[in-house]
Amino acid sequence: MSKEFKRPDGRKHNELRKITAKVGVIPNADGSALFAFGDTVAIAAVYGPRQLHPQHMQNPAKGILRCTYDLLSFSVYDRKKPGPSRRSMEISKVTEWALEPAIDLSEFPNQVVDVQIYILQADAGTRTAGINAASMALAQAGLPMKDLVVSVAVGKNDKHILADLNKEEEDYEEGEGATDFAIAKLANYDELTLMQMDGKIQPKRVNEAVRLGIEVCKEVYEAQKKALKDCVMEEK
Amino acid sequence: MSSMDISNLTKETLKRMFAENKRFDYRELNDFRDFEITYDVSNKAEGNARVKLGKTEVVVGIKMAFGTPYTDSPDKGNLSVSGDLLPLASPRFESGPPGFESVELPRLVDRAIRGSGMIEFDKLVIEKGVKVWTVNVDIYPINDDGNLIDAATMGAVAALRNGFIPELDKDGKIDYEKKSSKKLPLSKEVYPLSFSFFKIGDSIILDPTREEEEASDTRITFGISKREGEHMVNSCQKKGEKPFTTEEMEKMMEILPKKFDEINKKLKNFL
Repeated sequence: MSKEFKRPDGRKHNELRKITAKVGVIPNADGSALFAFGDTVAIAAVYGPRQLHPQHMQNPAKGILRCTYDLLSFSVYDRKKPGPSRRSMEISKVTEWALEPAIDLSEFPNQVVDVQIYILQADAGTRTAGINAASMALAQAGLPMKDLVVSVAVGKNDKHILADLNKEEEDYEEGEGATDFAIAKLANYDELTLMQMDGKIQPKRVNEAVRLGIEVCKEVYEAQKKALKDCVMEEK
Repeated sequence: MSSMDISNLTKETLKRMFAENKRFDYRELNDFRDFEITYDVSNKAEGNARVKLGKTEVVVGIKMAFGTPYTDSPDKGNLSVSGDLLPLASPRFESGPPGFESVELPRLVDRAIRGSGMIEFDKLVIEKGVKVWTVNVDIYPINDDGNLIDAATMGAVAALRNGFIPELDKDGKIDYEKKSSKKLPLSKEVYPLSFSFFKIGDSIILDPTREEEEASDTRITFGISKREGEHMVNSCQKKGEKPFTTEEMEKMMEILPKKFDEINKKLKNFL
């Protein structure tokens, strides 16, 4: 049934938008990357491990991961007022939780790894693009990681499960309307690290959506690996 | 890379080298690094630019919105320049309330542009005294390797040059999604630039890298433009406790118009 549904940009139900992935885009950073799903473009920088201030935030047992996510003011049609909003603070936190399981900071007590994620251009799926960029940036920074984190939004328009919704699909209003379900996982493990959903979807179809998400995440993983390899080759 | 403070040894070395007219990257003291400008930042903006000046990278976007004119200028639109020194761009930048640098940067860019008369504010009026266009120019460094101010001014000018006024729908609301061909009202010949001179010991340099900037004692930024073949300094601001001498001022005034012509010519290749 999904196959007959016409998506506005003509994609198949399980087809991601064009992925762009590039590692090493910010020379100052210890690790950095750009990741785009079509018109949604995210960049991420990693700084650290470095000393954490204020001192009371320090953890003597292991280093902490601190994520910041936000939109640049001109990444959306209605100018976003610069500075953190409640939305961006929430996404920063879920991004932290999405990335944490992949990274081992036990060797860095009292230190912090800062992950800075900014959206240059937004067309839905910004948090997932941000997580994909951050994951590559952490890898480039050479931090001990169990795996890369891969992320994608799946969702539903009316009764049709779709991968990687764009803004037009996210705003779909007919039938059952739009459901948006952001997922992140460790690429090679059955460990989901982000699950955030808004919309209207039957419980059984949630499973269907997750399965589709896991399936298409493989493409994200391949793109990330290629970008990391390209970066190493360039350095040589 | 997590700390960027430079050592006294580096500072002394730089000072000595500048006195001998030498730089780590073999440039002359007044040379700019190579730069390029592209327009690939955001298709949601009503004008944008990405400037790469050496390793320094700045993105600038224009957002147009309705505004109310100031009571003392009911027949003029508004310009609002803002900037955010994201911790993304440098280990020096910290989250939290804006520090002096992030307040100063957009103000210097604002004054260079405003003073030059590049924007024809009287053509940004929708209803006199009631409703005008506000041109929001937002500046974000992506990688700070020195001389952010001059890079930001170039970026702002480039973004304004490809800026446009969005269409209105039938209810008079802004329709950001509709393609518009109405360019921003700009003077055809005025292209402001800013030039920041940095003083280290007795030497004065332009376009410092982060390291050179860190080593410097003081800075002075000039906004400059050219109209009908005549150079005009439109703004000036000195930073830091160390003074400049009148002789140094005269020397800078000699360099400034020459540098303007040189950089302006290069800049136009990208506009």
